[in-house]
Amino acid sequence: MKAFKIIDEKDTRSGFGAGLSELGKTNPNVVALCADLTGSLKMDDFQKSHPERFFQVGIAEANMIGIAAGLTIGGKIPFTGTFANFSTGRVYDQIRQSVAYSNKNVKICASHAGLTLGEDGATHQILEDIGLMKMLPNMTVISPCDYNETKAATIAIAAHQGPVYLRFGRPKVPNFTDPNKKFVIGKADILSEGTDVTIIATGHLVWKAIEAGQALAEKGIDAEIINIHTIKPLDEEAVLQSIGKTKCVVTAEEHMMNGGLGDSIAQLLVRKMPAPIEMVAVNDKFGESGQGEELLTKYHINTPDIIAAAERVIKRK
Amino acid sequence: MGIENGLISHAKPQKMGSFSTNQICSQVRRDIIRMVTDVQSGHPGGSLGCTDFLTVLYFETLEINPPAFSMNGEGEDLFFLSNGHISPVFYSVLAHRGYFPKAELATFRKLGSRLQGHPCTEKGLPGVRIASGSLGQGLSVAIGAALTKKLNKDPKLVYSLHGDGELQEGQIWEAAMYAAANKVDNLIATVDYNHKQIDGDIDDVLPLGDLVKKWQAFGWDVLEMDGHNFDSLRTTLAKAKTMTGKGKPVIIIMKTIMGNGVDYMMGTHKWHGSAPSKEQAEKALAQLEETLGDY
Repeated sequence: MKAFKIIDEKDTRSGFGAGLSELGKTNPNVVALCADLTGSLKMDDFQKSHPERFFQVGIAEANMIGIAAGLTIGGKIPFTGTFANFSTGRVYDQIRQSVAYSNKNVKICASHAGLTLGEDGATHQILEDIGLMKMLPNMTVISPCDYNETKAATIAIAAHQGPVYLRFGRPKVPNFTDPNKKFVIGKADILSEGTDVTIIATGHLVWKAIEAGQALAEKGIDAEIINIHTIKPLDEEAVLQSIGKTKCVVTAEEHMMNGGLGDSIAQLLVRKMPAPIEMVAVNDKFGESGQGEELLTKYHINTPDIIAAAERVIKRK
Repeated sequence: MGIENGLISHAKPQKMGSFSTNQICSQVRRDIIRMVTDVQSGHPGGSLGCTDFLTVLYFETLEINPPAFSMNGEGEDLFFLSNGHISPVFYSVLAHRGYFPKAELATFRKLGSRLQGHPCTEKGLPGVRIASGSLGQGLSVAIGAALTKKLNKDPKLVYSLHGDGELQEGQIWEAAMYAAANKVDNLIATVDYNHKQIDGDIDDVLPLGDLVKKWQAFGWDVLEMDGHNFDSLRTTLAKAKTMTGKGKPVIIIMKTIMGNGVDYMMGTHKWHGSAPSKEQAEKALAQLEETLGDY
């Protein structure tokens, strides 16, 4: 198991803010919209630096999505910002018709995804957003794992033609990816090679997967760790190649089991190469108030759950 | 302002090419009846009611270049149909205005057609810049397009059309609030106020109250026009244009009769979303002169 160095602890939403600020300087067609959460989304710098390209829409997310779709007509690249819950479930039909079906170049940027939003509780802790977004034709779904990767992903999606859902979060988490690494949409990132079990993770759970891999190594289990930052389109080749070698897989995500990353991997395996799979995800439950780490533990999606799942799945080979 | 009793108003028909506005409208209405009858589905009522408006808009008002249609529409006026279910009139007007061959109207709602039941961009039909059908979304889209025109320093305007029943959607009022607060003054929206929706009279389903006062209270400049009187359409659309660029969005409350032009379809919600039988269609077509040639 490869060693990983934590550069610092930062929130992924700040990576989004930093990426957007850079785009503000480099791409005059990038515009941004926010529904009364500019500070939370770290969009304040873009707002201050480019007031003519920033649209404060108020607490009116449906209107925000529609305006974003319209802004593309004439060549703008709109980035919308609000919490993941209000970015997806609340505006599903607006995204479906005005963005996805109309294939508009809108970037839906969603913070505070998952349980680690914490104390605000289940009303705000969406765990269904990846599923909702990946079901839409034309939609690309991206869930980066740390600050550096979120910043790189933000910059990369501006150059991609078509609708994108970019999911990130609230808490400070280990920032460990190379800040100079180019973000390639749709390309799996094999963080550490191994032979006994493949652990495929996305978002905040990527670092947890690394922790699990280290713990497994101490037990003599050689895990391959893959960061799937692009859930759709899925890098099927990389996934099949890895599982072809290890013969079993654990998926890990801060999302509902139904409709999440594990669901995509399972579907791929059933179609092309059946293999034992264990899914670390929230199983058909709403979240609740609490601290992020407490919630990950209570809902069985923390590091020990990944370790246990790996041990289980190896026995099923 | 009164809607003239009877069929289409014929005040001072203007020549366009060799055809008058009235002649174009008659052909568009024939197309609508023939299209929905052929596939036994679609929305003739609102289509017939908006025929005069869309014909005047596309043939006299909009500054557009149909043969060179582009999604971005730079240097052109843009139109967004928010009440996408009146696709038959939209498609017919687009075809006659030169966006695509009128023969293609025969494919309406059929497998593989670019003329989907509700307009979309996916099939690449020239003249369509956004999908619509699920109601309430087009005003937001029009605002976005208007904001881009401002950013691009493009002086052309953005127009949109909305059903009256559509105003029951909350997103419309989010958009209304936004456009006024942000001085989106290169936008002219129109409401097809025929007082009818699928389940019956608007007043029985969910009354809209005083629409003029509502839009004024939201900060818009409001005009009213008779959707079946060419003079009223022309002068009001011209007036609306002079009101742009003055810090407020403009909306026109257009009084129409659902089903206008076909006697048995007029003023009832019955033909909102159902097609006439072949016999009923014959009766309708007998009232509508073939002018530009059936597709």
